Amino acid sequence: MIDKTTNQRAWLLVLPVVVLVAFNALIPLMTVINYSVQETFGNNVFFFEGVKWFEQILHSERFHAALLRQLTFTGIILLIEIPLGVAIALAMPKRGPWVSVCLVLMALPLLIPWNVVGAMWNIFALPDIGLLGRMINGMGFDYNFTQQPLAAWFTTILMDVWHWTSLVVLLAYAGLSAIPDAYYQAARIDGASAWSVFRYIQLPKMKRVLTIAVLLRFMDSFMIYTEPFVLTGGGPGNATTFLSIDLVKIALGQFDLGPAAAMSLIYFLIILLLSWIFYTLMMRNEAQ
Amino acid sequence: MAIELQNVTRVVGIDTHIHATSIKLEEGRFNILLGTTLSGKTTLLRLMAGLERPTSGEIRFRGENVTGMPVQKRNVAMVYQQFINYPNFSVYDNIASPLKVMRMPAQEIETRVRRVAELLKIDPLLGRMPGELSGGQQQRTALARALVKESDLVLLDEPLANLDYKLREELREELPRLFHATGATVVYATTEPAEALLLGGYTATLHQGRITQYGPTAVVYRQPVDLLSARVFSDPPINTAAIHKRGEHFHYNETVSWKATGKYAALADGPYTIGFRPHHITLAPGNAEAISVTGKVVITEISGSESVIHMRVGNDTWVSLSHGIHPFRRGQGVELFLQTDRCFYFDADERLI
Repeated sequence: MIDKTTNQRAWLLVLPVVVLVAFNALIPLMTVINYSVQETFGNNVFFFEGVKWFEQILHSERFHAALLRQLTFTGIILLIEIPLGVAIALAMPKRGPWVSVCLVLMALPLLIPWNVVGAMWNIFALPDIGLLGRMINGMGFDYNFTQQPLAAWFTTILMDVWHWTSLVVLLAYAGLSAIPDAYYQAARIDGASAWSVFRYIQLPKMKRVLTIAVLLRFMDSFMIYTEPFVLTGGGPGNATTFLSIDLVKIALGQFDLGPAAAMSLIYFLIILLLSWIFYTLMMRNEAQ
Repeated sequence: MAIELQNVTRVVGIDTHIHATSIKLEEGRFNILLGTTLSGKTTLLRLMAGLERPTSGEIRFRGENVTGMPVQKRNVAMVYQQFINYPNFSVYDNIASPLKVMRMPAQEIETRVRRVAELLKIDPLLGRMPGELSGGQQQRTALARALVKESDLVLLDEPLANLDYKLREELREELPRLFHATGATVVYATTEPAEALLLGGYTATLHQGRITQYGPTAVVYRQPVDLLSARVFSDPPINTAAIHKRGEHFHYNETVSWKATGKYAALADGPYTIGFRPHHITLAPGNAEAISVTGKVVITEISGSESVIHMRVGNDTWVSLSHGIHPFRRGQGVELFLQTDRCFYFDADERLI
């Protein structure tokens, strides 16, 4: 038997973390919950409203549209960035001086602040003076992302792919470099095809990092705000008004604190739920 | 002749990994490549497998020139130090994988997989995933994958190095029997002289990309052709000393001398080198030919019932292996007995006399 000693002073050591979590998570969350169940008037006059705002948001067409846009955007982003990232990681050199060159080039987009990315792409894609805009128009397409919803989507997705595929590449590359050479030799001796090597060695060995890549890209793209805000401002019309942009419009534009708070809670729960589904699906086999 | 290397070299950039090497491995033999890390063992195995192309020279398999033939077309199997299995295949599917690539009928695959699994004692584990196995079981699965192909040539690259010693002993005992039963030609790379001795068969000693000697393991151990081969095949390391022959006697350090007998009596006067294994210089006089040498203890390592004494004699540091526990202190004077008849005598070119 091991004697357990009681040491109440240990609570003191936990205290800083408790304070930190309280101020950066619990208190803001409680404030939001507080707003979400009340009607707010000037002079800080509040009326309790129960779940009225939640009902309103859940039944609002505007929310449905923004959610649909958000899901579409995130879906497209994941479908492009994950396979593309893996493909680039597979194509990268395994050793030699080019490794560091590639890694630095890959890391560059990740180092650029989000609003700068938005501003960069805004200018880059302008149909009259932007390099990309003029090029596309030069090829005979009628392209103007400030006026055409489709062009706005195309530009936003292209920007996100440019900005974030690198993250998937770096993660996938780390996963690939962890595979000992002997695996490839063994596969060659077995006479396995390049596809089998990818399917049965590289992919299973990359599974963990890819799970993380999918989760990170899902959460980040689902919360995307700065880049489309700077690039399109949510337009044209509401074409690229994703959930967070819509939320800011409601909260700060219309100053509807109650509905905005209710919406952010729903938004938060959706992210939590989807992340959990992703994680469970991808880790299902791992548990065996 | 199972496999034959003729003047094979392997140069990568400015590094020569294998110097011109010729070796013939007979059908069905258990061959050992013994050498330190970077001595070229793995490169030789890869050349034999066809994973690497020789820079020059020829590789023949049963008389046929296979130098440029890709590995897929050769009937070889290889097992590595790391436990290499397909991570999301069950043990059964792992063992079956090379047969599936060959498009063998399912019925025959089943029979073969079960037979090999039984041989390697992993038949109760066929349904498990590699991640759920111990290291020893994972390596058994990898060995089964190599065996199930019934390859003519099986290459093993330090297959036991990552196992803990109980499992290593167990598998080391089984391996020669397993492969003898299949009749395959085996090449087994290891860094451990003791392992080579336990496995038996034939041994090639490797040093810096050259095969220094090849022959039956016991012969290579007892009659090294040169000092290099003796060094490779000795653990703890072989001791050496520069000696002089004057008249009928060998002299060491002007303090120790002994009579040159037998074939050594006829040797011309001049400098020679002797090499002797740690268990031929002992605290107790081993036989009548033993001569007394005194030195200072550098360090003593005691392992259960034996003492390994490192001692300084003149400018040489020697290692002695004696029975019993002798906890000498550092710097303490010690008298040891060297069995001069068990020494290897090397000429000025370090070749065995």
